Amino acid sequence: MSSSGWAKAWPALPALVLLFAFFLYPLLRMLSFSVETGNLDWYAKALGEGLYLQVFWNTFQIALIVTGVCLLLGYPLGFLIATTTPGWATLGFIFVLLPLWTSVLVRTYAWMVLLGRNGVFNRLLLDAGIVSDPLPLLHNFTGVLIGMVHVLLPYMVLPVYGAVRRVDPAIVAAAAGLGASNVRIFWRIYLPLTLNGIFAGSVIVFVLSLGFFITPALLGGGRVMMIAVLIEQEVRQTLNWPFAAALSAVLLAFTFAVYALAQRFTRVEAQP
Amino acid sequence: MSRRALILACTLIYSFLMLPLLVVFPISLSSAPYMQFPPPGWSWQWYERFVDDPQWIDATWRSLYIGVATAAFALALGVPLSFSLVRARFWGRVVVDRLALAPIIVPTIILSVGVYGLFAKLKLIGAWYGLVVVHTMLALPFVVLVMTAGLRDFDQALEQAAEGLGASRTRTLWRITLPLLRPSLVSAGLLAFISSFDELVVALFLAGPNMTLPKKMFDNILMEIDPTIAAVSVMQILLVAIVLVLIGRFGRGLSGSAR
Repeated sequence: MSSSGWAKAWPALPALVLLFAFFLYPLLRMLSFSVETGNLDWYAKALGEGLYLQVFWNTFQIALIVTGVCLLLGYPLGFLIATTTPGWATLGFIFVLLPLWTSVLVRTYAWMVLLGRNGVFNRLLLDAGIVSDPLPLLHNFTGVLIGMVHVLLPYMVLPVYGAVRRVDPAIVAAAAGLGASNVRIFWRIYLPLTLNGIFAGSVIVFVLSLGFFITPALLGGGRVMMIAVLIEQEVRQTLNWPFAAALSAVLLAFTFAVYALAQRFTRVEAQP
Repeated sequence: MSRRALILACTLIYSFLMLPLLVVFPISLSSAPYMQFPPPGWSWQWYERFVDDPQWIDATWRSLYIGVATAAFALALGVPLSFSLVRARFWGRVVVDRLALAPIIVPTIILSVGVYGLFAKLKLIGAWYGLVVVHTMLALPFVVLVMTAGLRDFDQALEQAAEGLGASRTRTLWRITLPLLRPSLVSAGLLAFISSFDELVVALFLAGPNMTLPKKMFDNILMEIDPTIAAVSVMQILLVAIVLVLIGRFGRGLSGSAR
C-alpha cells in the first residue's frame, strides 16, 4: 500500500528544484524590480494614470466579452458531443482538438488571410456585390475578438462536455416520460446541473484571456492595447523594467484573485 | 428548438473552428507571389522556397530538437512528480500540486520577461538549452495532468502481485508499472513536444538570433506576408493531425488527453 510520509515524496524533488529555480525565482526576481526604489511609485503610475488604467480596463472588457462569446458557442458544441453517439462524439472531439493543438501563430496568420482588406471574406463580399468597400475586420477590436474566441473556444467546450456527461440520463428520461418538452428539459434539468461546467470553463477562458499576447499583438495592429502587449513594449522597447514589473504584478494579482474567488465559489456550490 | 437546430448551430460553429485551418491549404499552393484568393493558379513554389531556404530549415530543426528535449525532460521530471502527488501523503502536497500546475495559469508573457532578465544576466540568451529549460516548465503541467489521471486509474494490486512473486522494486517498475502506463506516457510526451514546438512568447525573448520555427514565422508575418508561411502552416497542421492520430491510437483516449 502507499506508505505515508516522506519516503514516497522524494521523486517530486528534482521537478520541485527546477520549478523553484526556473519558474518561481525568475518571477519573484522580476516582480521585486517594481519596489526597487523603496516606494510604490511604479504601482501608482500603473494604477493612477488614465492611459494605463485604460489598458487594464480594455483587457478586462475584452476578457469578459471573449468569455461570453465562448460560452455562447462552446455550450452547444459541448452539449452535442456529450449527447451524441460514441462515433460522432469521437469525430466531434477531433475537430475541437485539432484547432486546439494547432499553433496559435498558424491560426492567427490564417485569420489575417481571411479578414484582411484584400482577404478572403472581403473578396467574396465585394465580388458578390454585398459591400462596395472592404469591411474593416482586421487591426481592430473585431479582429482581436474573432482570433481570441477561436483560440479559447476549446477550453470552454471540454468542461461543458464533462458536465453534460455527468447528468444522469434517468432524470432526463423521467422528465421526457412525464411530457416535458426538449426546451423545458434543457432549462429545468441540463442548465442547472451543468452550471459547474459553465463556471469552470468561464473561469479558465477569462483568466487565459487576461494574459493574451500573440493574438492582440498581430490582429490588433497596435490599435487594441492589452496588458500583455503593454508589458512586452515596456521591456523590449522602452526598457522600463520596474514599470513592466509593476504591471506584471498587478496582472498576476488579478489573475490569482479570480482563481481564488472561483475556488471559493465552487466549494460553496459543492455543498448542497 | 429541437435537435435539428442544435446540429445546425454546431455545424456553423465547427465551420468557424475549421475555416482557418482549411484556408491555408489553397493559399499554400497558390501561384501568385502575394496573398490572393482564390489563387489564380497552382504551384509548389512556396514549399520549394521553404526547403531551399536554410533559415527556414534551420529554424525547423531547432524547434524539433528543442521539442524532443523538452518532452524528454518534462517526462523525466513530471512522471516521478506525478507518482509522488498520487501515491504519497506528505505535508505540503497541495502546495506542490498547485506549483506544478501554476505554469499554465501564470501568463506566459510574465514568465518570459522574468526569465529574460535572469538569462540575460547568466548570458543564456540564444542558447537552445535555455529555451529547453523554460519550455520544460511550461510542459510540466500537461505531463502532470495526464500522468496523475493515468495513475489514479492504475490498479496497484498488479504491482503487489509482482512483488509478492519476488520481483524487485526496480523490476516491477520497468516490467509492470511503466508498460501499463504507456498510453499516458505517450500522450504526455506528445503533448509536451507539441507545446514546445508551437511556443512563441518565450522564444521571442530567449531565442536571440537563433530562430525557432514559431519565431521565424512571427517575424515573417510582421515583415512580409508571402505564402511561404502558408506552406509552413500546412505542414504544422499536418504534424498536429499526425500527433493526434498517434495519441488516439497509442495514447490515453482523445478526451483524456485534453484536460
